[in-house]
Formats: sequence, structure tokens, C-alpha cells
Amino acid sequence: MALDKGFDQPRKFKVVGTRPLRPDGIDKVTGRARFGADMNAPGMLVGRILRSPHAHARIRGIDTSKAEKVPGVKAVVTRKDFPKPRPDLADIMDNVMAGRKALYDGHAVAAVAATSVHAARKALKAIKVDYEVLPHVTDVDEAMKKGAPLLHRGRSDETVPAGFSGNVMHRFEYGHGDVEKGFKQADLVIERHLKTAAAHQGYIEPHACLASVGPDGNAELWVCTQGHYMVRNTCAGLLGIDASRLRVTASEIGGGFGGKTTVFIEPVALMLSRKANKPVKIVMSREEVFRATGPTSSTSMTCKIGMKKDGTITAGLAELRYQGGAYPGSPVQYGAMACFAPYDLKNVKSIGYDVVTNRPKQAAYRAPGAPMGAYAVESVIDELCRKLGLDPLGVRLKNAAREGTRSSYGPTFNQIGLPATLEAAMRHPHWKAKLGKNQGRGVACGFWFNFGGDTCVSMNVTPDGTVTLTEGNPDIGGSRASMTMMAAEELGIPYDQVRTVIADTSSLGQNDVTDGSRVTFAVGLATIKAAREAIKICCERAAKVWGIDPDAVVWEDGHAKPAGPNAGKFPPMSLKEIAAIATNTGGPIAGHHEVNAEGAGVSFATHMVDVEVDPETGAVKVLRYTVFQDAGKAVHPSYVEGQFQGGAVQGIGWALNEEYIYGADGRLQNPGFLDYRIPVCSDLPMIDTVILEIPNPGHPYGVRGVGETSIVPPLAAIANAVSAAAGVRLTELPMSPPKVLKAIGAARA
Amino acid sequence: MVKVAIWGSLRAATGGKGEVEIEATTLRELLDRLAEDYPGVRPQLARGVSVSIDGLVYNDSWFTPIRPDSEVVLLPRIVGG
Repeated sequence: MALDKGFDQPRKFKVVGTRPLRPDGIDKVTGRARFGADMNAPGMLVGRILRSPHAHARIRGIDTSKAEKVPGVKAVVTRKDFPKPRPDLADIMDNVMAGRKALYDGHAVAAVAATSVHAARKALKAIKVDYEVLPHVTDVDEAMKKGAPLLHRGRSDETVPAGFSGNVMHRFEYGHGDVEKGFKQADLVIERHLKTAAAHQGYIEPHACLASVGPDGNAELWVCTQGHYMVRNTCAGLLGIDASRLRVTASEIGGGFGGKTTVFIEPVALMLSRKANKPVKIVMSREEVFRATGPTSSTSMTCKIGMKKDGTITAGLAELRYQGGAYPGSPVQYGAMACFAPYDLKNVKSIGYDVVTNRPKQAAYRAPGAPMGAYAVESVIDELCRKLGLDPLGVRLKNAAREGTRSSYGPTFNQIGLPATLEAAMRHPHWKAKLGKNQGRGVACGFWFNFGGDTCVSMNVTPDGTVTLTEGNPDIGGSRASMTMMAAEELGIPYDQVRTVIADTSSLGQNDVTDGSRVTFAVGLATIKAAREAIKICCERAAKVWGIDPDAVVWEDGHAKPAGPNAGKFPPMSLKEIAAIATNTGGPIAGHHEVNAEGAGVSFATHMVDVEVDPETGAVKVLRYTVFQDAGKAVHPSYVEGQFQGGAVQGIGWALNEEYIYGADGRLQNPGFLDYRIPVCSDLPMIDTVILEIPNPGHPYGVRGVGETSIVPPLAAIANAVSAAAGVRLTELPMSPPKVLKAIGAARA
Repeated sequence: MVKVAIWGSLRAATGGKGEVEIEATTLRELLDRLAEDYPGVRPQLARGVSVSIDGLVYNDSWFTPIRPDSEVVLLPRIVGG
């Protein structure tokens, strides 16, 4: 569908913008909510997966004969059990179950289903895999060198110039103008090399699913995922069955952040169930989550920026090198597109290299690829400001992208909110607060695209006049609340008269994954349209009762009313009254809407953070943090604030502590939360938030996605604060105490 | 004719042109004729593209109208997390 430029001019909201209680709150605090591992079925088997202990090895053979004889074992699966995948599913298939080679520590090579955990473990030990261990590479810079161990042959595409390592899969380039000319116009040019470590999304709920395939070929799957339609389509493709025969139900989800936008265990559980003719449940351990799901890329970057003494940026050049694990598809293109997007630049170029290494295939992580690129650009801008004695917020505002700016990645921006976030930051008391000894303040800006996609909703008016709304996107960030609010707003009824549920894949049409900050925008748009359809029917029913033309009926405050004195004098009919006689006036009343929602509005944020560095230990304490972000229209401000805070906290972890550490043997050294340290409440101050509302013209209420932009600025904002506090520029994340201490020592020496 | 901006690394497929002119009134026509006129872009079209029309990003809506004076920018497929 073409963009519905249906933005309702500023209107007075009654429900949208308020803060009602979340509909899933009681279930979640009482333990009644059912997550992935909570589903059970009669006769259910336990599924377990055997994983490669090698970073890179040829699989010469797998002997499962002894495992199959272990008492209680009902099925053993290897790659040979799966049909040859379609080309577009080949890498997903190979990641789910290794074929010719194991490409990383933790890569699945076989799986068993048994009547007990004990039997399953015993069977895994009885599987003999004949490995030929191969040289490996886990570092992006090493992988790009000629002569580096190659994971694949002939996979580099037409964009990679001759002479590059065969581990470079794709090259991207964006920009306009002449950067060399721009650098000559600058009073100061700074170039820095920066690195970031791979970070995991750190969702608290491990992947879990329960699969049941019947002898008639019909299958059911209960799963913790960000997109059960994606799971259905992908698994059906991998197993070679019709999508309509696989019914997938999404459980409640204990976090995803992009990491649950693909499949890992689900096809394996289905194949085990098909072979065993019994339901099979697989629940990943935390170690498996770290070793065999998708963290984000680690990166190596070079950034060069020129600036005049008055703060004008004359040119920006960034080369981003992202390793995306064992298969092509790192998010480097988004880093390259987003890194300079906050600024109105005459001369800008960004280059990205997508590189494979012997690590688990990266998965999306909130604004995939953008935080690292922003870290590079915002760090160099900060250093330029400090060396030229300029106000870092003032410089950003001076160069800020605005309506009419041709962005660094091509399109011209329409109405955007970056200047508003910077102006709000300048006015905020945080900006003027005094700092103490060993303390520093950092700021940074960030950008994310957002998108819409395929969306279906169905709204049903019950005989008592309350409303059920059915949508097809797992609720990760409060979508049931925001959909309920938009439905109530449109219908003109109270919030507690609407209940929103998440349908299984057999109950609604195709819905894209809950990602891309799309749900409040796209599902919200569809909800509003479905409500308007139901309202139209209600008006028609009232018109029938009154014996007037439907066009002579309007809908106001949850009631059908005659449109004016000429329409006749009839008392308004409420939704309850119309619903009560629906059987008599034509049958049940419902509205639905199906759309490929286009027109998502881009989003910008500015972050400000104060830290204190302990010069004796190198430890960093975050003292104060404020997020300024454009939400378009905040439907439920508490959830919007939660998204802002969550992104900031994940960014704090990424900046200060989180890191995939590989040994010389190519094996992951810290696959657990004791050794991979995410921030906990005691590490953090209250994250303050300021919501800006610059309407998105592509949504009736002006909504923009808010879930991803908030993780883009924190890496740079914290690096700028730590560098100010420590008195030395840090260029490698995470800024863990040993690295900070080393940098301070080197500066003093 | 619609002017279509081509990103840097895709320009090898358009003979180095950063902007190409395509006869199209809808998104589908634009993509079909781009592939006909510049076969080198086909691998990228197969990998997936998004198209920015007057500053808003579209993914797959074939019949999205494009005016002759619209700003059209080809982009790699936009996804998210």
C-alpha cells in the first residue's frame, strides 16, 4: 500500500499519552505468564544438541549408532536428516545444523530426543564426530589479511575489489561531495582507529520451544521468539512442508532486542519430533545462548573528520570493518549509513566491509550496526570540540541535520527531531551541573531508520460492547498496552474496555517480526484503521435503526450521533447499545486491517552522561545519565521512557564491560553471566528521560518507533565522558578497568 | 523520467553514475527498468533493496506512485532489531 499520509492534525487525545497499568503486569509478577520453557505436552521428550568444541573443523563423519541404542533415546538428528535447503535458507540451515564444516565453537552438529535429560546427555556423549581441525580466525582485522584462514570459498560478491581476503563478503560505500577537498578546508583534522567488542543482547530468557509433528504432517510449535510468522515460514522451508501445516504460537518473551529474529533450535525440535513421533522440547542453557546464538559484530574502524575553528564540520570519512561471525550479513551497511546521519555535511564518505570469522553468526541487536559507527564518529567530533575549545552540544546543533538536509546515506530528511533533542539537552539542568574530581561529562547523538512492514490486526466487538483486538506481533516492549490505547482512543471507549491478545500463525495473516521499531508504528496504524472500519459499521447500524442515511451519522466519544439537526433528533447510541442489538441489525461487528505499512519516520536522540573514573583501579562509575529522544507521539510515555532507559543501560554495558573473549584455541572463554558482565541495578543511576514529540507524517497520531535509537549514542557518550574524566582518549570498547588503567598509565608516562 | 540516486558501491553497476534516469511511475516499474537498463544491479536487487521516495522508505509496495519530480534514492534493504 502506498503511504497513507493520514496524519491527523494535532488533536486532543484522551487515552493516548496517559499511563494506564500494563496489561501483562500481574501475570508477570505472579509467575502466571507462560514463557518458552513453560509449555509442556503429554509424552513430551527432552531435546539436546551436540555442539562443536572446535572453532573451525571439517566434519569427516558422524557415527550416531551407539547413541541410538541408549535406552530412552527416540530420535537422533544430523544434517543428513534435513532436505537440501532453498538458496535463501542455505546459511540459516547450516547455522542451525552444521554440514560439511563446523565453523565456530558451539556450532550444532547433532541432536537427540530422549525420555529423560539423563538419557539425552548419555546419548550426546555416545555420538562420535570425526573432526579434522582447521586453522581459525576470530579477529576482524586478522580475518581481512591475505593468507587468513578462509571459512568459505567463492562467497565474496561483486562489490569486493580484487586483492581482498576471501573472508570479505561485501563492500559498501555511501556519501557525497569531495572529502579530500573538505579536509583541506578544515582548521583541524583528527583521524582515529577504534575497536568495539562483540556484545550479546543479554536477554534473560534463553531460547526455548516445544514442537509437535503429527503423523498427518500437521505440526505445532510453541516458542519464545520476536516473530512467530518468521519462525513458521523459515521452519516450513527448512523441513520442506507447507507453511499452512505449521501452526506457531509465541510465548511471552523474556527479552529479545533483535537476538530472537531468527531460528536456532526450532527446526531441530521439529525434526526430532517428526522422527520420534512425539512432542519434543528444547531449552537452551545460558552457555548455549552465548556460544551458539547471535551476538552483535565486533568491529575495527577508522574515522577522520575535519572541522573549522567555528565548529563547522568540513568533511567526514569513516571506514567500518565488522565481522558478522561465520556467515555473510554483518550489519556494517547500517553502521555506514547511520554514522554520519545526524549531520548536515557537504563532504562525507563512509565505507563498510562485511567480514566472516569463526564466531557464531551475529544476529540483530537493537539498531543493528549503528551504535558502533556512531561511537567512531561521535568520539572524533568530541575530540575535535575539546581541542578547538568548542561547546560539544553547540557544535552538534550547528551541524545538525534538519528538514531539507540531504542525509549522508542519500535521502533528504523531512520533519525530524534532532535539533529539538539538542536544544532540550542545552536547556536541561544536567548540562549545567558541576562536576567533581575525576569526573567527566560526555554527549553524543544517534540515528535509526525504523520501518513498518506486513501487518494484520482483527478487532471484534463482543455482544456486551467490550472489544478484543488480535495482533500478530509478540509483545516485547509494551505493544499490547499501546495497541489497546490506540483502539480505545479511536473507538472513544475506556482503556479497560479493550483487551489485546497475540494470535497464533493460523489465526491472522502474515505479520513481520517485532523488530525495526516497527510495532507501535505499523500495528498501531493497522489498529486505528481497523477501529475506523468497526466505527463505520456501527454508524451504519445506528442509521438503520434511526432510518436515516449512514452519512448522516457521526461517531463521537464512543457514540453514534446524528450528524446535525437535519439528520433528525435521536439520542446517541453507545457502542454497548449497538453491540447489544448487533444480531438484529446485521450480525457481529468487527474491523480488520491488513497492510504493508510504509512511511515509518526516522528517529534521533541525544544522550548526556557523567562518570567518575577511579585512577587507582580504572573502574568507571556512571553518576548521571539523561536521554533526549524524539518519539513522534508517545502513546504510553512510561513504556517510551522504559525503551529510552533500556537502550541506555545496554549501551552502558557494551561501553564498559561486555565482551566476547576468545582464547588462542578459538573457543569462547566467558559463556556465562559471571564472566560476561551486564550492568545490574546497583551499577546504575536512575536514567532520566526527556521525550520530544515531532510528529511522523506517515502515522495518523504521528508515532515514530522508539525501541532502537536509544542504544545508538551511549557507547560514544560514555567514551567521551570517560575520556574527559581520565584525561586521555580511549579508543577501544569495552572500557574495562584494566584498559582504563593502562590508558591512564600510558598518558602519565 | 525519474532520477534515481545510486549509493557509492553500487555505482560500479551503473557505469560510475551516481544518478540514473529511469522511465517509471511506480516502484515496480522503477525496479524492473533499473534491472533492464543496468543488469549489474541485479545481484543487489536479489539481495534486497529499499527505496526512499521523497524522504520516506518503502520496501515492497510495488504500486507506490512515483512522481517525475520525486527524490528517489536506492538503499540496501532496511531491517532492524
